[in-house]
Amino acid sequence: MALESQLEDRVLDPMVPSIARVTARREETADVVTLEMEAEGWVGFEPGQFNMLSVFGVGEVPISMSGDPSDASKIIHTVRAVGAVSRALARLTPGAVLGLRGPYGTGWPVGLAEGRDVIVAAGGLGLAPVRPIIYQLMAERHRFGKVTLLYGTRGPGDILFREELAEWRSRLDVGVEVTVDHADHTWHGHVGVVTRLLRSADFDPEKVTAFVCGPEIMMRFMANELGDAGCPAQDIYLSMERNMKCAIGLCGHCQLGPAFVCKDGPVFDWPYLKPLMAVKEL
Amino acid sequence: MMSQSHRSTRVIAAAGLDEIISSLAREGYRVIGPRLRDDAIIYDEINSAADLPRGVLDEQSGGRYRTYREGEAYFGYVVGPSSWKRYLHPPRQVLWRADDGEGGVSIRAEPIAGERYAFLGVRSCELAAIATQDRVLMAGAYGDPHYAARRNGAFIVAVNCGRAAETCFCTSMGTGPRAHGGYDLALTEIVTGENAAFLVEAGSERGQSLIEGLSSREANDGDVEAAVQVAARAASQIKREIDREGLSELVKAKHDHPRWDDVAARCLNCANCTMVCPTCFCTTVEDVSELQSAATARVQRWESCFTTDFSYIHGGAVRSSPVSRYRQWLTHKLGTWHDQFGQSGCTGCGRCITWCPVGIDITEEAAALRGG
Repeated sequence: MALESQLEDRVLDPMVPSIARVTARREETADVVTLEMEAEGWVGFEPGQFNMLSVFGVGEVPISMSGDPSDASKIIHTVRAVGAVSRALARLTPGAVLGLRGPYGTGWPVGLAEGRDVIVAAGGLGLAPVRPIIYQLMAERHRFGKVTLLYGTRGPGDILFREELAEWRSRLDVGVEVTVDHADHTWHGHVGVVTRLLRSADFDPEKVTAFVCGPEIMMRFMANELGDAGCPAQDIYLSMERNMKCAIGLCGHCQLGPAFVCKDGPVFDWPYLKPLMAVKEL
Repeated sequence: MMSQSHRSTRVIAAAGLDEIISSLAREGYRVIGPRLRDDAIIYDEINSAADLPRGVLDEQSGGRYRTYREGEAYFGYVVGPSSWKRYLHPPRQVLWRADDGEGGVSIRAEPIAGERYAFLGVRSCELAAIATQDRVLMAGAYGDPHYAARRNGAFIVAVNCGRAAETCFCTSMGTGPRAHGGYDLALTEIVTGENAAFLVEAGSERGQSLIEGLSSREANDGDVEAAVQVAARAASQIKREIDREGLSELVKAKHDHPRWDDVAARCLNCANCTMVCPTCFCTTVEDVSELQSAATARVQRWESCFTTDFSYIHGGAVRSSPVSRYRQWLTHKLGTWHDQFGQSGCTGCGRCITWCPVGIDITEEAAALRGG
């Protein structure tokens, strides 16, 4: 088939992926890898957006971008091998081809945090979708007030991006605190849930924007804790995860009450999410 | 939209049905209409009026559907388990194929099928259902191009209802029983003894030009009045209703109403309601390896919110309990659909009541949520 007609078909059907090629692979933890890839026609993304990644013959899953939003030459995804597709993705090595659709979804409104303090709070793999925010904050550090990253994982072995965390931690203009639920003999840091880190964080609750990403229970507790600290609900943003088959509002899977998480989210503000997250199994 | 220029109203004899079918076929349409199969009225290809279920009526109630023979009407039945979504938004649709060839992996989008359908016998509630799926699958920022092509190519012959089933509630949903637009032609069957005649109204230019090729006579006031009576008779037979006043906010607000547990104890989570519902649009995708080549295909197929897979994410299904899945279905249909698409997701066709194996009735559940 001629390239022209192929492109035409692609424009016609948003469900048809383009081809991406893996250029680098890095093992982050025992079951998490970061893949760097390139794809023709890629024009970049906003922090918080995601792609639909396909392993041919296996299937397609939504995965957030975890790379630097200012660098449109690379597409970076951090994947935990948990299901059939994510396991197949995590096994891909440089040179492998995969299908890519995107970017999709709403981004973190980093611009709204300008001139304000910023809290980035992540749990587990939730550090990946907020890493683009951190890159952006670092690149334009002078435009923001106090910047704090709070990160919690189950154990020391689950900590992502260790080298970068160390690098960010060494900076004098960023607060970085990491905690684990269960320590081992190598661990000298905080032990306990990530919400506890908030108590010692330095920020002006009336002038802070918070970006929270992690398991739902962690996000709910963090948002409530931020509220208790005096942070207005509308300055808190969360990123939701739901089953997605299309990412364009057609398949129905990602519904969360009135919202299609794929196109109305995945990033929502807390006033919108709070009543929805309060309903069990919505 | 219909303009005055094609607001022609004519009367044809029963033989005119064959003229309509053959003229649609001549114009290249694949004509789909009602047929009796396995004792149910379904929609499939028809070649002539002889294929229509003349003299077949149906009796429906919660969890019950029976056909029987009585009279001579071509369109005496009410809606069956089929809906037009089977053609416009089919149960299985190949989206693309990937080949691993000499030049590397290439992706071929499934070509948009050139087939044009003519639907004969579309009821008023079904016109509403088609319009509802149009909003979901064609009106957003992204659309389904396969749906759009089939939809835009379709010729619609509506038939106004002369009977209602016990499960019908279109009158309270504002969708029937008489068609008001959304069709190319609308027929009203006027049965006098053994003779059937049809009042034919054009709803589009192409409908008008089809009418002009039919053996017909001008409709007189008596014909028009008879057609009005046909729909009035159907309307008078409708027993069920949904009170729409404030309903969309109400079903959302009542997420912890005890009635959900009550209905969940009866619901089998079989997904029948979603399969027969003419507006349910949810799909999933699966990758299929094609054995005769190195190709894989991405196939879209109907999916139901009643399965646990539907909401599965790492760690388990979001809606793992049956009660949460029934609540999702009904809340979406009557509540959140309004937020998403500015209208109800229910057209009052009653299929979900008839085809529910335990006869769960959406009108009864909606009323129960309103109380207490």
